[in-house]
Amino acid sequence: MAAMAAVLRGPGRRFRWRTQALAGGVRGAARGVAAGQQDYDLLVIGGGSGGLACAKEAAQLGRKVAVVDYVEPSPQGTKWGLGGTCVNVGCIPKKLMHQAALLGGMIQDAHHYGWEVAQPIRHDWRKMAEAVQNHVKSLNWGHRVQLQDRKVKYFNIKASFINEHTVCGIAKSGKETLLSADHIVIATGGRPRYPTHIEGALEYGITSDDIFWLKESPGKTLVVGASYVALECAGFLTGIGLDTTVMMRSIPLRGFDQQMSSLVMEHMESHGTQFLKGCIPTCIKRLPDGQLQVTWEDRTSGKKDTGIFDTVLWAIGRIPETRNLNLKEVGVNINPENQKIIVDAQDVTSVPHIYAIGDVAEGRPELTPTAIMAGKLLAQRLFGQSSDLMDYNNVPTTVFTPLEYGCVGLSEEEAVARHGQEHIEVYHAYYKPLEFTVAERDASQCYIKMVCLKKPPQLVLGLHFLGPNAGEVTQGFALGIKCGASYAQVMRTVGIHPTCSEEVVKLRISKRSGLDPTVTGC
Amino acid sequence: VKELFSSLGVDCNILELDQLDDGIRVQEMLTEITNQKTVPNIFVNRVHVGGCDRTFQEAAILGKRVLVLDFVVPSPQGTSWGLGGTCVNVGCIPKKLMHQAALLGQALQDSRKFGWEYNQQVKHNWSTLTEAIQNHIGSLNWSYRLSLREKGVTYVNAYGEFVDHHKIKIQQLERGSPGKLKVWAKSTEGPETMEEVYNTVLLAIGRDSCTRKLGLEKIGVKINEKNGKIPVNDTEQTNVPHVYAIGDVLEGKPELTPVAIQAGKLLARRLFGASSEKCDYMSVPTAVFTPLEYGCCGLSEEKAIEVYKKENLEVYHTLFWPLEWTIAGRDNNTCYAKIICHKPDSDRVIGFHILGPNAGEITQGFAAAMKCGLTKQLLDDTIGIHPTCGEVFTTLEITKSSGLDITQKGCG
Repeated sequence: MAAMAAVLRGPGRRFRWRTQALAGGVRGAARGVAAGQQDYDLLVIGGGSGGLACAKEAAQLGRKVAVVDYVEPSPQGTKWGLGGTCVNVGCIPKKLMHQAALLGGMIQDAHHYGWEVAQPIRHDWRKMAEAVQNHVKSLNWGHRVQLQDRKVKYFNIKASFINEHTVCGIAKSGKETLLSADHIVIATGGRPRYPTHIEGALEYGITSDDIFWLKESPGKTLVVGASYVALECAGFLTGIGLDTTVMMRSIPLRGFDQQMSSLVMEHMESHGTQFLKGCIPTCIKRLPDGQLQVTWEDRTSGKKDTGIFDTVLWAIGRIPETRNLNLKEVGVNINPENQKIIVDAQDVTSVPHIYAIGDVAEGRPELTPTAIMAGKLLAQRLFGQSSDLMDYNNVPTTVFTPLEYGCVGLSEEEAVARHGQEHIEVYHAYYKPLEFTVAERDASQCYIKMVCLKKPPQLVLGLHFLGPNAGEVTQGFALGIKCGASYAQVMRTVGIHPTCSEEVVKLRISKRSGLDPTVTGC
Repeated sequence: VKELFSSLGVDCNILELDQLDDGIRVQEMLTEITNQKTVPNIFVNRVHVGGCDRTFQEAAILGKRVLVLDFVVPSPQGTSWGLGGTCVNVGCIPKKLMHQAALLGQALQDSRKFGWEYNQQVKHNWSTLTEAIQNHIGSLNWSYRLSLREKGVTYVNAYGEFVDHHKIKIQQLERGSPGKLKVWAKSTEGPETMEEVYNTVLLAIGRDSCTRKLGLEKIGVKINEKNGKIPVNDTEQTNVPHVYAIGDVLEGKPELTPVAIQAGKLLARRLFGASSEKCDYMSVPTAVFTPLEYGCCGLSEEKAIEVYKKENLEVYHTLFWPLEWTIAGRDNNTCYAKIICHKPDSDRVIGFHILGPNAGEITQGFAAAMKCGLTKQLLDDTIGIHPTCGEVFTTLEITKSSGLDITQKGCG
């Protein structure tokens, strides 16, 4: 025991041994590997979408579960409560701010529909931010209550592995806690990446971790990046009336269908967002009045330029939270290129009873609903009698840019790569939402395309919808694709009139025909 | 096909493959370009049309003599309108636009919670709205006339030929627009009466088919005397072989624009093309654009119980709170989703119902999925799009039979 204690102690660390008056003696990390003798059946590291879903499911199956969650403050000092990225600095605040921006557009539309609203119309960031933050806090609270209701133990501590079955957690106060479990799930997610090689980037820039928690308006903003995070943020900032510029190194929305991505960008460009394409920032300086001076380089011409902004928002990718878990010590392998944890189809890492789900795991979509489902299924496989695995094919998603883009299945490029141009048929249409008519809105980028196999009955490989309420439109069709829908079946579906989604079931013009795909009239 | 083109007076470039040296090579090339192995293989204006069947179908669009008679008998109040029918002029289109106007009023209220600031005084101007809508409808009337002309269809604006339950009485007190009307009404269930003054009384007590004054009795077309509707077989044929009926006049079919459009197209293809495809009237999705919209596809719960018996059904349901309603301060237990599954048939989804914003947009895709045999298992296996309202169908757990509480507390 003493030898074990010495091994565990390591350089300069102190442990508090947890003891429990239980028949059989002292419990603690020394009892390491024996199953069923740990503090918990399941320990989940990370209280986000995946982690909480897994913990709650396991508790429901009658197991003893603990969740540890800790938010390392961002470089700017932002921190938040239980719930993970989605709830605090992702989907939820994003969609709410997107809604605020959409409502601005609706106020403009309202004039055309007879509403008499007096000028001036302005937007108050503080009011919106407070409302969003309050809602997020209510969700933090809701999650804590849920865990309590299901008898899941929750610790607000920063965890790292001591050994394969034991984790040491450090609270903000410095207090340490040891927790051991038969099974451990790593669901620590990721955090935004900073371009630390750019002078001033870390000191003066913010990320998505900070934008939703700003008390004051970000003002004139430079968003650096081409990801959906970059475009969604730039989108709602523009929508609430802020001077917004997006700086991109190359293409927008890498990984998404590129035709759709350029339409998304085109729409943003024609609706007030400025774009600096093919540029990379080289330096950020703070001016005496607090504004930021950004210097950048045009990659094609080599020309340098500068601009002044109130805020610089980095949206250049996310890195998984694996550095401080002490994974090497316990033999959990990560992909050296991206730091993600390598898992098999059962979500098992290189260590048999240690698992990883959600954004931190290699090869998984970085989406909340997939993390939730993965967490639930994992718990069911471990503690229920299930052997069900996740199906990561045809996962639908939506980019909540000012004109929303919903998609499921293959992009056109992927379909061509997989099947060959001659074996696919792409049906498409430019349509105009009815509500845009009276509002005199530009519908140039309202576009749908369905990528199918050419061979009858023409299996649907992918659906892409650009327009209002894209998420709502796409969800049901994702079900259709899961049912193996063919073009023929979709076309036999009667449309609901008048909607935008009915245009999907009315797609008739193929790209191959070269005919004009603009929908006219009824 | 050669005769067809000849009769249409169209000059053709004919390539007889069996008379060409490299005929086989050409045929291979054609197969590659058009995915068609057979001959004849027809191109018109450099666009691939297809084989014999397809060509005749397309020719139908060119060759047939079509006449459309449209006439709007003015309403008792004297309202009339242009080409396009109910949907365009006095149905779906103006309805959805006015619904949008009302939704925007709601949006104006919500916007303040999201940080938008402007004068509290907000009024609505009726004539701005109606003018905008009428202009849009006018443009549609125009585009229909243009479209008919382009397709060579003759259009003549002429009339082609062959109040009790509610016990209300209305008295006009004041002329004008709006005027004043005094309304007396009697309850249908008890002795209560009411008396109230309104500017406008809008009667929405059902629609009558426009079949009484067509002279149908002269040609022997039978109609249902009670409601004026025309019974047809599954190819929309009336009891008189060369007379067909489609749309709202049909007995026992949904009164919906897209159904009418589908039926009309398929009928034309069967009559003049070489198609045999019939219109499928089953599981037609629809949406009611009330302030809280209702989208549905398949059977109502009542109908499902009637057809399949309660013990063979499992109903999954939940209340839900759209994310955008949270900050807006709208109620968290108003929106509702339910599916009806047929247990003996792999829990097939035979009824889909949603009450919430954008119900039509949500329902459409699920209708396509139901056509492809959607089951509860497939719903459970599908990932939701987050955050949306539609995703709620991928996480339905509580059944009606369990009696469990579906009220919402927080984020799932």
